[in-house]
Parts: sequence; structure tokens; C-alpha cells
Amino acid sequence: MFDIEQYYEAGSVEEAVRLLSEHEDAELICGGTDVLVKLRDGKGAGGSLVSIHEISSLRGVKRLEDGTLVIGPATCFTDITNHPLIQKYVPYLGEAVDTVGGPQVRNQGTIGGNVCNGATSADSAATLQTLNAVVVLQGTDGVRKVPVTRFYTGPGRTVRRHDEVCRAIEIRPEDYLGFTGCYLKYGKRSAMEIATLGCCVRVNLDPESGRIREARIGYGVAAPTPIRCPETEASLAGMNAEDGRIYEKIGNGVLNEVNPRSSWRASKEFRLQLISELARRALREAIRRSLNHEAPFETLPEEKGGDQSC
Amino acid sequence: METVGKSITRVDARGKVTGEAKYTNDLVPKDCLQAKIVRSTIANGVVKSIDISEALKVPGVVKIVTCFDVPDLQFPTAGHPWSVEAAHQDVPDRKLLNTRVRQWGDEIAAVVAEDNVAAERAARLVRVEYEEYPPIPTIEEALAPEATVLHPDLRKDNIFAHTSFKTSPDYDYEEAKKKAIEEYGEENLIEVADTYRTPRIAHCHIEVCTSWAYVDTNGKVTVITSTQIPHIVRRVISQALGWPVGRIRVIKPYIGGGFGNKQDVLDEPLNAYLSIVCGGRCVCLELSREECVSQTRTRHACKGVLRGLASRNGELLAREGDIYTNKGGYASHGHAVTGGMTTVFKDIMHEKYGCRSDGYSVYTTSAVSGAMRAYGVPQAMFLADCLTDDLCYKGGFDPLKFRMENCVRPGFVAANGITYYSYSLKECMKRGAEYIHWEEKRREYANQTGPVRRGVGMGIFLYKVGVYPISLETSSARMILNQDGSIQVELSATEIGQGADTVFSQMASETTGITMDRVYIISTQDTDVAPFDTGAYASRQSFVTGKAVKKCALELRARILDYASWMLNRPSDELMIWQNNICEKIRTGGRKDSRPVFDENDGTQAVKDARKLALGGTYIDNRENDGSVGESARYSAWLDGNIKEYDIHDLPNGEAAILRDTGVEKGIVPGEVLLSMKELAENAFYSLDRSEHITAEVTNQCRENTFASGCCFVDLEVDMPLGKVKINNMINVHDSGTLLNPKLAEAQVHGGMAMGIGYALTEELLIDKNGRPLNPNLLDFKIPTAMDVPDFHVEFLEMEDPMGPYGNKALGEPPAIPVAPAIRNAILHATGVSMKEIPMTQQKLVAAFKEAGLI
Repeated sequence: MFDIEQYYEAGSVEEAVRLLSEHEDAELICGGTDVLVKLRDGKGAGGSLVSIHEISSLRGVKRLEDGTLVIGPATCFTDITNHPLIQKYVPYLGEAVDTVGGPQVRNQGTIGGNVCNGATSADSAATLQTLNAVVVLQGTDGVRKVPVTRFYTGPGRTVRRHDEVCRAIEIRPEDYLGFTGCYLKYGKRSAMEIATLGCCVRVNLDPESGRIREARIGYGVAAPTPIRCPETEASLAGMNAEDGRIYEKIGNGVLNEVNPRSSWRASKEFRLQLISELARRALREAIRRSLNHEAPFETLPEEKGGDQSC
Repeated sequence: METVGKSITRVDARGKVTGEAKYTNDLVPKDCLQAKIVRSTIANGVVKSIDISEALKVPGVVKIVTCFDVPDLQFPTAGHPWSVEAAHQDVPDRKLLNTRVRQWGDEIAAVVAEDNVAAERAARLVRVEYEEYPPIPTIEEALAPEATVLHPDLRKDNIFAHTSFKTSPDYDYEEAKKKAIEEYGEENLIEVADTYRTPRIAHCHIEVCTSWAYVDTNGKVTVITSTQIPHIVRRVISQALGWPVGRIRVIKPYIGGGFGNKQDVLDEPLNAYLSIVCGGRCVCLELSREECVSQTRTRHACKGVLRGLASRNGELLAREGDIYTNKGGYASHGHAVTGGMTTVFKDIMHEKYGCRSDGYSVYTTSAVSGAMRAYGVPQAMFLADCLTDDLCYKGGFDPLKFRMENCVRPGFVAANGITYYSYSLKECMKRGAEYIHWEEKRREYANQTGPVRRGVGMGIFLYKVGVYPISLETSSARMILNQDGSIQVELSATEIGQGADTVFSQMASETTGITMDRVYIISTQDTDVAPFDTGAYASRQSFVTGKAVKKCALELRARILDYASWMLNRPSDELMIWQNNICEKIRTGGRKDSRPVFDENDGTQAVKDARKLALGGTYIDNRENDGSVGESARYSAWLDGNIKEYDIHDLPNGEAAILRDTGVEKGIVPGEVLLSMKELAENAFYSLDRSEHITAEVTNQCRENTFASGCCFVDLEVDMPLGKVKINNMINVHDSGTLLNPKLAEAQVHGGMAMGIGYALTEELLIDKNGRPLNPNLLDFKIPTAMDVPDFHVEFLEMEDPMGPYGNKALGEPPAIPVAPAIRNAILHATGVSMKEIPMTQQKLVAAFKEAGLI
């Protein structure tokens, strides 16, 4: 039995916002894969919960007319991985969230929770960073949009206020069209694992010249919050994808932009080794995918109008 | 054999797959109270006072007891048979709750409440005042002169025990080395001197440690618990409470794994006490996963300071080892695990001059070490096989050839007299090497370059069966004939997931002649009714309890035939039981005047003498030694009106031969069906002339033992920049005697291989400098998942062992032993890096590869 004082089931985002503002001790719960683990540990024991689990408008993935992908925060990882829009436009995001825990956790845990709990080790974090994803928050004061690159304020901390509910995660077309990507999760075992390090590298290649138009590098656990490596990204732009020096450049460059810490789970030195090595390997795979014509381009007219499912 | 040796479906398969099988917590009554243990937040010190006033205010709290309330009785917890000799008794070094805190999380108070939420809320409000001493969680800190002595009433320092073994009384490594220098010249010697370490790990059985207790109307305190050892739990509760054994009743339902953690008496005595102080109300004490991992028992971490010497031509000359184990705050299994470790380190190899091994069990302020699968042998074999491969690496020897030439030899007799009868260690190695393509791969993987490299490695082991002659081996069995001709089999040996119920049923069926579908084994042990047995440990049950089952089945069979003889008015030796029928016994074997078909002069004098003694000079045939058997052979003789089979074992030193009646009646086939078991049973129950309830109950004290052995071969790939190890191919080959149920045996090996992979690469319970466990949960304590293990390949050398009831010997624990050293040695082959400790985590591997300049 969990030590929960009250459990409120919100029927709408507005109701959830109202419940949160009325109950200062209440925590938001959706899939519960983090909240209940903490509760069981005695953290927040005796407090109340506001559930957004039954708000169906928070689930699913759709594509707007302008090409923006809108991911419902209450969509579970399994549904994200299997969603046709995700598979078509941002397959590496589907792959990333498919590394979370095990099948049971992926059927239960949600991408909104993954973002909002503020963990640097979240498996969606590195990829969402490289996608410049936008977190849409709704609170008592209305709706605001925060880029995920400015969403985190520290380990386990975000800009989300207590009464705010994440109502969408948006990805703009310019952030995914033309790009391929690869997320590498590094753990101590192959499943049921929290990332020792997560690295996502995405590239947009000029098909004519084979040059890198743009590269994006995102990390989880390389710093207290998920991060990007803008300087290394810039240094890769314009280089030929078949030029072997890009691997040296990325492997060394990222070391100047990360700030991992030592803990009993992994030493700083070890994490630095992984940061370099994973960047090289993820870049290699992203380029391979690009050369294999896996990058999505502008949609065909008949697809416009926003396909919605799930 | 008809039933034994067949891959019969588990008798509990249906219940366990459908979820119908009842485990301890499935049986908790609705009104049961819930208990929560209050644990110390320091690792070393004394509880000065406990304030429970705030905790008592929590609604739903029924009772709070502290370390100041419990009986002033110290008790031991080891799942060992009790000894009537005081010197051999387990050490009583803890109370139900302790004021002297000896580990972080020590049990100092307990809350009983209407539900777990109230109990947990109250537990958080218990205020404790301590006098704190410096924590001494490591062996080195505990042995430092300034260390606090943790049990001054029992020991003068923190060394719980020290034992020393030598191959001969005058052996000394330095002396041996001097002799070797004289004989071979210093330039022709290879020496390795190094320190190797193994980690503290947790068992991670699926079902947490849990029990519930109440006082029955007859005044007995009754504890339902997830244990491997119900009768021992009963005795220890009696010692902890100061109550007579007869007033304690322990019931063991199905259990979800134990791996040795439940071969210790955990919180059952406290649970009984909590029920008693709550007026006999039912109280449940279920530990959390975190408590199970760090506050029950663990596998001993060990440090081995080793030396080994070989000649340049690959002859092992001398070894020695000082092995230190971290016991944690309490004795638990005492020195037994360390003692076993030291013995096997010595016994596994054969040196020209000899070997010495010293073992030290050290009390520290950390998680308590007790029994865990293979009881010290995984540590012993990691140490021994590291030393072997490091010698081979340095000397340029092939590790397989080196082991073939220098490992324990056929007919090995241990210092305590245990003899390795059915020796097939070398044959195991041969099979493993063939499967993994050893020679080919050793060549193929030589001189690799690049960041990803492959290697093959091996590990071996030796494992004695059960605990005789170090401790008592005793077991009882009861069988009852029902009106329909079926039987109940009742034992106190426990099914803990390994398939014991199934193989015992097979044994009962084999020997009685009643088919499996009519054998009902009682899986639940209730100490009020189940006959005595000490339980599941030491891979003993199929061997030790198996003998009791066989003896009981023979007795039941004799009683059935005696009744049949009366019903049919025919002598019982003309009758047999065959597939639930009383049949005429037809003898087809040789005739009484047959002459031996073998050369009577064959074998040593000892064998000839033994043969003569056993067979009385009248031979009918003999089964040829198949070559792999080594020194054992089987003979049959016409004796007592039956053809009987005998095993004769010739020891290589020519000194002695042993023999036994195999219990198999040869040359007999069933004839005409005379009576069904149902008819017989119905008569036996209700006959107006002779009503007899046919049952049998026996005790068997087992004074026999033997060794099992085997090996593991691994082919793996090391991704050096990431420190990742991928196992591409893997085989365990086991010499475990006759298999009772091949499918179950294979499954048992699969589990052991997976455990071995975790031991090698990822598992370690980390304790910080304050003695606090860092990773006591299944996220951070890394057992392998299905995604982390390769397909397992298993082979068996089914050499019948003359000591086993059905030719069988130990298989429960051994599969976990040889895997970690095989992986370690394959990494050495792949990279040239000699890892000195497990787990070989990615971080440790990366650091080692960097140090070696490989990345």
C-alpha cells in the first residue's frame, strides 16, 4: 500500500491546473513510473496526487499543417516508438525512448514525465535537445512555450511551476526535415537500465556535396542537466561527411563542452571516455543513415492536413 | 531405470505457471497486522536510548518494541544441522533486536500496526540516540589495531576464525621454491604472486524474505515463512525465544527462490516474538527489496593473497594462498564458507611439492555474509583459476593443457576422506574445448589489433556433495498408500524452485513401481507433521534426501509385497510391483552356476578381494568398464535368490576398493498381472481379516560423499573503448553423475551460467566508507537481464556415481562456479590484460585498458 493522502483524477488540463493550485502538497502523476518509486522510498509520503492519466487529449502524436510534430506528453514510450509519424520523421526519438527500462515500464511511463522530472539521465532528453523541442506548459496564468534547451535549471529541477501541466511537446519541421540521427544509450546492462550516458548526434547532409550542413549533438548525464555542444556542432558544419577527421573533431570537441561528475555509479574520467567515444559512434551511424537516404524531406501534398492517430 | 533419468514435466509446473501455487504472502489472513523494522542509521556503535512517544501517536499503531525490550538471549542463525558437541555449534552472536549496532541498518526496534502505511509512518518517527564508533566496513579496517572489537564476549579481536590447510604437514612454499631452484634452475621457473578480489553480492531471489506468525489456540507460535530450512528455523526460534521446540511450528509453502539467503534464519524469530507481544495476533513481516539485498545475507567478499610456481615445461610445482573474507557484523554461517573456500583452493590443483591455504573470517561493520550458491567455491575457483591462467600467460602455456596436466587427479581423496569416485573432470574439459573450438580459437585470436578483440577462456571446479563428514547428514521420508493405490510422499527437504519435488516423485515412482501420476508429493513442509530433514542447501537433497526416499520406497514396496503375498498366498519374493500392478517376477538373467565372463585376474588385488567379498564367488556377468568410468566397474551376482548389482571402485593408489549394493534388481521382468494396486490397497484398508494401513517412514543417516566437477568455456568479444564484453558462445560441461531429470538439470545450469555472468561483470553490493549500502535495489545492483546473456549450451557426462542413491550427485549450486573465471581468462586472452578482481565492470576494464595503453 502506498502512503498517499488524497488522489485526484483530473478530467481536463484546466482541472488539473486548478487541483494543483488548490493543493500545494500535491504532485502531478501520469504513468507513475517515477512518482510511485519515490513515494515507495518515503519521498513525498503522506502527500496527495493529481492524476492526468485519464486526459485523452494529452495522448497521441499529430502533425500540424505547418509540419510541426505535436507529441502528447501522456503518450507512453511504447506508443511513441510505434507511432507512424515518429517512425517517419524522427525515428531516432522512437529508438531513444525504446531504451527506457523494460517493456512494462515503456507501456506505462510517458514522455512528458520523462521531460518534466528534470532528470539528466532521461532517455528522451539528449534527442529532444537536438530537436530544439518546445515544451508547452499550461498554468493558472495561461499557456507558455519553453524550448527544451532552456527548460532545465539543475538536477531534477525545471522551469515548470507547481501548478503547470505540460500539455504538448512540439518539434518544428526545420528541426527534423533533412536530418538523420542516432541515439546511443550507455548502461551497465542492456535493459532495465538508467543511462550512465546518453548521446544523440544528428546530421543534415548536403546530398550533392556530401558536406555536413548542420550537425547537432545532445547529451544526457554529461552535465547536471541535458546539454547541447554548440561549438563542436559549429566546427563540424561544412566538413565532408567522408572526411575521417570529423571523428577526431567531434571526439575531442565535446570534451570542452561537457561537465560530468564523479559518483559511485561512474567516475568523471570514465564518463569523459564515453562522451568522446559515443559521439564518434553516433556521428558515424547518423552519417550512414543519411547516405542511406533515410532523412525525411518535405511531405507530399496528400499528407498535409495533419494526420492524427493513437 | 523407468522414471529416473526421464525429462518428466515438473510436478508444480501448472500451479506455478497459472499462478495457482500459493506462496507465503498469498496466504496472509485478512486481519493480519503489519510489522516494520526500525534500522540503525549508523554502522558501528551502541543505542543509548529510543524515544517512541511520537511514533505511538500514529493512528493504527498497535505495538512498538525496542532492543531494550527483547529477551536477553543470543542465538545463532546459520542453516546448519545442530551439533551435540558444543565446540561445533554455531556461534550465538545476536539477539532479536540489538543495542550494540554492528552494521548500517542493524535491527534496533520494530513497529506493529494495522497496515504498512501506519507502520512505516511510525517507524520514521522513532527517535534514536547513539554512541557512535568509527565504522570498520573493510577487512583491512577491521583488522587494524585501533578497530573496535565487534563481539568482545566471543572473540578477542575481529578475526572470527582462522584455519590452515596444507597438502602435507611439513609443506612450506619457500622451502618448495628452494627445492625447485635446485632442481630446475631459477631461470626455468615461472612464478606469479598477486592479490585477487571477489565482491560482496546479493542473492536476488524473486520472492522477498517474508513471513507471518500467530499463536495458535494450543499455545504454539506458528510461523509461515519463505525458507529453505523449516526444521532449522523451528530450532532457532526456540533458541531465540527460550521456548521449547515443541511449542514452535514452522510452515513453508512454495517459495520463490532462495539461493542460500533463505538457508539462514532471518527475521522469523523476531516475527514470532512480535506476534507473542501482540497477544498472539497474526503479524506479517515482509522485508522490502532493499532490506533483502543489504540487510539479510550476502555472498562473502574475499581477498586472496596468492603465489604459484611452475616449471618452464608447464609442471605446477607449488602454490599458497592467504584468503580473507568479509563476514559483516554477525557470524551467520560462521567460518564454514571460508573453510570451504580455502579447502577447494587447495584441492583443485595437483602440485609437485604441495599447497598451503589459510582462511580468515573477519567481522566488519557491513552487510552480513552467509550462504550463497556454491558456498565459497565460486570465490575459491576465481582465485585458483586466476592464478592458473596468470601462470600460463607468463609461462606461455596453453591453459587447457596446463589444467589437464596439473588439475586434481582421478581417485582424489580429500583430507577428510571424501573420495572422488566418478572422476570425469578431464573428460568435461575435453568436451568443452571441442565445443568452443579451443585450439583453433587460441590460434585465431593470437596477435589481434584494433579496438575490438576476441578471446576464449576457461574455468573448472570441484564440488563436494552435502556436508558429510564435516556435519551431520540426516534425512527422513514418509510414504502412505491411499485406497486407490496412489501414494503420498512427505519430506522436509524443500522445493525452492530447483525441482526437488519432481525428482523426489520420480525416485519414489522408480523404486515403488507406482507410476508418477499416482505419486503425490506434499510440497508444503509443516514441522508439526513433516518428518525431519535439514533442508535445501549444499546441493544435498537429491543425494542425501534421495537416499531416504529410496530407503522409504524400498520399505513401502516390501510392505505392499508382504500384503500381496498374504492376499495371493504366494511368497513375496515371487512378486514384484510393475506399473501399479502386482506381477509375477520372472528371472531372465544368468543362471546360478554361471561363470564369470570377465577375467578373474583382472584388477588390483584390492578389487579382486572386494569382488570376492561382494559376489561370494558366483558371478553371472559383468558390465564392461566403458573407459570413461576411470576406476569403477560394475558386477552382478546371484545372491539371496536375486540377481544383484554391485559397484566396485578401485583407487589408483591400489590401497582400497569400495563396494555397494546398487539396489537394482537385474535380470527381472514382470510376468502375469496378479493384482492391481487399487485392489490391494482397498483390501489393506478395509479387509475384515487383515486391515493394515500401509505406510513407511524411515530415517537415513548419510555417511557417504563424493565430488562433482565441471568446467565452463567462453568465447567473447571485448569492445575496449567502451569497456563492453559481449559473450558470443558459452558452454558449461558438468560431471554430475546420473541425471535424474535431464531437462530440469539443463535449466538448473542455465540459471547458474546467468548468475556467473553477473558475478563476472556487473554485480557488487557497494558499501560506502560509513558502512552504508549504496545500491541495495534491483536498478543499481546489476543482475543480468535476458538481453545480457547469450544462448547457453550445456553438456553432461553422465557417469553413475557409486555413492548417489540413483548414481546422481550434486548439481544445484555448481553451475554458477566456473563462469566468472572463464570470462576473466577469456578477457586475458583477448587483450593480454589480467584483471585482478570481479566484477570486471566497464569502468574497471576501461581503466585497465588505458593503463595497458590499449585505448
